[in-house]
Amino acid sequence: MTNTTPPSVPHAPPQDDALERATTGEYRWGFVTDIASDTAARGLSEDVVRFISAKKGEPAWLLEWRLKAYRHWLTMREPTWAKVGYPKIDYQNIIYYSAPKSAGDRPKSLAEVDPELLATYEKLGIPLREREALAGVAVDAVFDSVSVATSFKDKLGSLGIVFCSFSEAVREHPDLVRRYLGSVVPTGDNFFAALNSAVFSDGSFVYVPKGVRCPMELSTYFRINAADTGQFERTLIVAEERAYVSYLEGCTAPKRDTNQLHAAVVELVALDDAEIKYSTVQNWYPGDKDGKGGIYNFVTKRGACRGRRSKISWTQVETGSAITWKYPSCILQGDDSIGEFYSVALANHFQQADTGTKMIHIGKNTRSTIVSKGISAGRGQNSYRGLVKVLAGAENARNYTQCDSLLMGDRCGAHTFPYVEVKNPTARVEHEASTSKIGEDQIFYCNQRGIRTEDAVNMIVNGFCKQVFRELPMEFAVEAQKLLAVSLEGAVG
Amino acid sequence: MLEIRGLHASVVGKEILKGVDLSVAAGEVHAIMGPNGSGKSTLAGVLAGREAFDVTAGSVTFDGKDLLPLSPEERSWAGIFLGFQYPVEIPGVTNATFLRAAVNARRKQRGEPELDAVDFLALAKRQMRLLQMDETFLHRSLNEGFSGGEKKRNEILQMALLTPRFAVLDETDSGLDIDALRVVAGGVNALRGPDRAIVLVTHYQRLLDYVVPDRVHVLSAGKIVRSGGPELAKELEAKGYGWLTGPAAKPATTKA
Repeated sequence: MTNTTPPSVPHAPPQDDALERATTGEYRWGFVTDIASDTAARGLSEDVVRFISAKKGEPAWLLEWRLKAYRHWLTMREPTWAKVGYPKIDYQNIIYYSAPKSAGDRPKSLAEVDPELLATYEKLGIPLREREALAGVAVDAVFDSVSVATSFKDKLGSLGIVFCSFSEAVREHPDLVRRYLGSVVPTGDNFFAALNSAVFSDGSFVYVPKGVRCPMELSTYFRINAADTGQFERTLIVAEERAYVSYLEGCTAPKRDTNQLHAAVVELVALDDAEIKYSTVQNWYPGDKDGKGGIYNFVTKRGACRGRRSKISWTQVETGSAITWKYPSCILQGDDSIGEFYSVALANHFQQADTGTKMIHIGKNTRSTIVSKGISAGRGQNSYRGLVKVLAGAENARNYTQCDSLLMGDRCGAHTFPYVEVKNPTARVEHEASTSKIGEDQIFYCNQRGIRTEDAVNMIVNGFCKQVFRELPMEFAVEAQKLLAVSLEGAVG
Repeated sequence: MLEIRGLHASVVGKEILKGVDLSVAAGEVHAIMGPNGSGKSTLAGVLAGREAFDVTAGSVTFDGKDLLPLSPEERSWAGIFLGFQYPVEIPGVTNATFLRAAVNARRKQRGEPELDAVDFLALAKRQMRLLQMDETFLHRSLNEGFSGGEKKRNEILQMALLTPRFAVLDETDSGLDIDALRVVAGGVNALRGPDRAIVLVTHYQRLLDYVVPDRVHVLSAGKIVRSGGPELAKELEAKGYGWLTGPAAKPATTKA
C-alpha cells in the first residue's frame, strides 16, 4: 500500500556515488559561482541552487526554500517502485540552469529543422508561423500570438486575474506565491518534487480572485514570458472562493528539446466553491522507434480541494515521453468537494508509462471519479497506478474508478495497480476494469466497409478514449484525436 | 458478374471448400443453403477477402477481373458487400460515425465529394425509415448492446447506404422474428436491380418466402451438390438436408 505514494524518506542514508560526490566533493571541479555566466556549471550543489536563485533575482525566502529542498533531496533516494526501467540518471551530469538560447544558437529557418519534426507539424495541421516558434527558429518579427497574448492579458487583468510566468509572479505577487508555494506539494514530498523545488527554472502562475469566473481557457500556448522552461517547470494555480478557471497545459506539437530529464511540479489550490479544470496534452519526444532518446517525464501534480464544495478536475492525454511517471492527484479536504481524473495514456514503440492518480478523501461527502484509458502498442508498457484513500473522518465518501486497457499487437503490455484504503465504513468505492485488444475481426469489419486499416484503428481508439476526450475543451479534443492518430501511425498492419 | 471456378480454401490447414463452382449474373438473386459446417460462411469470407482463409486453388473473378489479389477494402470499393453473420461491436464509436466513415471511404475512392454530417444524416434517416429503424440507432455505439435482430437490420442499413453491386448476406435471417425478417427481406428486395447481384447464405427456406431467388444451391462438405430453381428450397424444407448430404445421397454437380 505504501508504495503508491512516492516515498518521502526523510532520513534515508546517502547511498549512491553521485550523492556521495555531491555531498563531499563540491569543490572538486573548482566550481565558482559566476553570476555573469549564462549557464550553471554541470552538476548540482548548494552553489548551483544559489546561482539559479541569484540569476533570477529572487528574494531571500525563496532561496532558503530552494536550499531546504536541496538539502532534503540529498537525503532521498530515487524511487524504484514504478514499473519503468531506464539507465541510471547521473544527476551530476546535468546542467540545471541555462539562460534562454540567444538567436544565434537557434536554427535560422525551418530549412535547418529536422524534416521528421516538420512532417509531424504538417500532419497535425499546425500553422506555419507557429511551426517556427515550436521548432525554436529565431523569429525576428513579432508573430501573431504575442499580440494576441498581450490583449488577452489586459482583459484578464481587468478582472483581477493574474496569469503570468512564475518568475514574474515572484516579483509582482510575492505574498501570494509565498503563501501557496509548496503548500500542496511540500519541498520534501518526493525525490523529483524535491529536485524541482531546488532548481525549478520557471513556469506559470494563475490567481483567480474571489467570485471571478475566468472567461477564457488559459493556455500556456499564449504565455509569452516563459519560453525555454521545459525542464524543471513549476506551476501554481490558486482559485479563491467561488472562482472558476480552466487551464490548458502543453501543446499537441512535439517541441524541440534537448533536455532528457523533466521533473515538473504543479500545485492547485481551490477554496470554497471554487473549481479548477486542468487539461494536459503531453507530447514530449518519445524517442525513436528503436527506443533511442526520448524524454523522461517525472511529474508531480496535485490539487488541494481546501474549500467546501470545491472541485478539481484533471484531464490528461499523454502520448509523448520515453518514460511517463505521473499521478495527478486530489486532496479532498473540504466537505462535499469533488475530485476527477480523466486520462488517456499511450505507450507505443518502447515507451513506458506509469501513470494514474491519488484521491485522498478527508472531508465529508467527498466524491471522486477516475477514468483511465491506457493504450499499448509496439513494445510499449502501460501501467495504471491509482490510490483511493478514505480517511476515518470522511463520512459518505464516494469513488468510482474505471480503468480500461487497449492492446495493439502482442509485444506490448498493460498493467493495473489499483490501491484502495478505506478507514470509514460509510464509504462506497467502486472499481471497474477491462482489457481489450483491437481485434482482427473489428479491423476486417471496417475494411469490408471500405475503411482502411489505419482509419479503422483511429476510429476504434477514438471510440475507446471518448469518455476522456469529451472532458477536454472542444478545440483541444480535436487536436488530441489527431495527435493520437499520428502517434499510432504504423502501430497495426 | 461473379465467376467462381474450382475454389479450394482452408482455415488453419483444414480444407473447408473443396472445389466450388458458381456463376452469378447481374440482376440475379441466388441462395446458398446447406447444413452447419458445409462451408457457407467460409465461402462468404473468401469472397470478402478474410485473411484467415487461405485460397489453395481455383479462381474468382468479378466483372472479369481477378478478385483474389485484392485487399478487403479494395473489394469493398469495387462494390462487394458482406452482411456479417456476427456483426462486430466497436465500443464508443457511434453507428453514425461508422456509417459515415464507410460511405465517405467509398465516395473518396470514386472521386466524389465526401458527405458532411448534415447530408449524411438526411440520407441515413431516409433509409432508416424504409427499414423501420429508430433514429436513436445512429447515436448508439456500433452494434454494442444491439439485439440480434437490431444487428441484422443494421447490416441491411449499411448495405442500403453503400449500394453495393454484389452483396453476400451471411445468415442475415438467422435469429430474426417474423417482423424483423420481413423488414430485412424488404431491404434486400429494394436492392434488387438489373445491375446488382445478391447471394443469400441461409439455413432455412423461411427467408426465401419473402425474397424469391432465381437460383438455389446446396453446399455440402465444401462442394455444391445440387443447384436448381426456387422449388429446390421447398423440396429441401420438406425432405431435410439428409436427402442430399446423407450417405444415400448421390453427389450431383448441376451447373447453374
